[in-house]
Amino acid sequence: MTAWTDSAQPALSTMYRLQWEETQQCHVLLFPEGMVRLNMPAAEILRRCDGRTAVADLVADLERTFGEADLHADVLEFLEQARGRHWIR
Amino acid sequence: MDATGSGERQHAGARPPLWLLAELTYRCPLHCAFCSNPVDYTRYREELGTADWIRVFREARAMGAVQLGFSGGEPLLREDLSELVAAAHELGFYTNLITSGVGLTPQRAASLRQAGLDHIQLSFQDSSRELNDFLSSTRTFDLKQRVARTIKELGYPMVLNCVMHRYNLPHVDRIVRMAEAMEADFLELANVQYYGWAWRNREMLMPSRAALAQAEAVVDAHRPRLEGRMRILWVVPDYAEGKPKPCMAGWGSVFLVVAPDGVALPCHSARMLPGLDFPNVREHPVRDIWQDSAAFQAYRGTGWMSPTCGSCEHREQDHGGCRCQAFLLTGDAAATDPVCPRSPQHHEVEAMVDAATDLRSDAAPIRFVPGARHAGQLVFRSDENAPG
Repeated sequence: MTAWTDSAQPALSTMYRLQWEETQQCHVLLFPEGMVRLNMPAAEILRRCDGRTAVADLVADLERTFGEADLHADVLEFLEQARGRHWIR
Repeated sequence: MDATGSGERQHAGARPPLWLLAELTYRCPLHCAFCSNPVDYTRYREELGTADWIRVFREARAMGAVQLGFSGGEPLLREDLSELVAAAHELGFYTNLITSGVGLTPQRAASLRQAGLDHIQLSFQDSSRELNDFLSSTRTFDLKQRVARTIKELGYPMVLNCVMHRYNLPHVDRIVRMAEAMEADFLELANVQYYGWAWRNREMLMPSRAALAQAEAVVDAHRPRLEGRMRILWVVPDYAEGKPKPCMAGWGSVFLVVAPDGVALPCHSARMLPGLDFPNVREHPVRDIWQDSAAFQAYRGTGWMSPTCGSCEHREQDHGGCRCQAFLLTGDAAATDPVCPRSPQHHEVEAMVDAATDLRSDAAPIRFVPGARHAGQLVFRSDENAPG
């Protein structure tokens, strides 16, 4: 499996759905017969995995939205993990 | 950045049911000898209507349930299935259809897709027509092949489930290859669990330790080759492994079953447990049933446990195993699940497994006979074989 490049456009895998759960006060990722609760950073990254947004733009958007710099390495690390769990492709 | 989510557990206390299993009907065109429905299913023919089901969905969703399984029997026998799926989808459920495939025509499948169905799990009995049709006592092998293509064509992942036992474990290599040829994304090899009809047929279905070990080795040998294409789940045969399963992740913990007649249960087979009055959703709101009913509190947490379980370091992980299994094997639903080596009755489970033999070539022939109620000692699920 090759590393994510800045131009790659990650997308949620088929049959995975991200949604806000009011009773749990968090985003969850739903898939056949399963659910994972997401913390805020995970949800913010996955929300932007729409298959159209390049990794570089996704990072820039997060940095702008949350007023933080140097998120690139953290985001890439998460994207790797997420792909390893079949959440995104 | 720790962004891997916080796992699938919540804090103890009044956590909501996350999983709602709607057993829409016990009716089924198949007659599987290992069916997990109650053997007296014919007593529960008064099915909930569409409006009642949708109210149950709304109430469970309001409590926080996210996964909804449409099961049975065969849920496709309900003509309002698309309507129910649409309602569940609109409420924000992730919707799963658990089906034998009988009745899933391309038109029906498209209508369910349109209604927002998220996922279909298709059951198979074996890789061969002979054994598939024998075990289900119906001519369904070719139909399932067609249904699998229909599911794939609609863009669903192919999730196959095959219940494994003494008859088909020796075919596991062919079952894996069949799933691969069907481009399955996920294959669940569900070693038979002894409830309902499977309990009645346990002596005929129970595989030898050697057959289990051989089959598991075959599965493990396939895994590296299938990496990234098809995942295989090998459901642990708890009798043989001597390891209690964390049944339903704990009684009244995350899982809520509503049976066809509206009775709310903590698991598929709990209805047979004596001394528990399971509430009906026709009479009580789901929230009251879940939070306050005596039946749902009976084995919640660890307070009910025997000293064996209550002092065990695994009690928060395996929850003492399965209450129905404890009852079936010991007569006491609060006993330690006898598959656990620490159970005083564990030797009985060991003896059952040790007594299991492989099928002999001179055994009763494996041949589908239309309308057959038995094949040798094997009893098929049917209205005629259900106690009155």
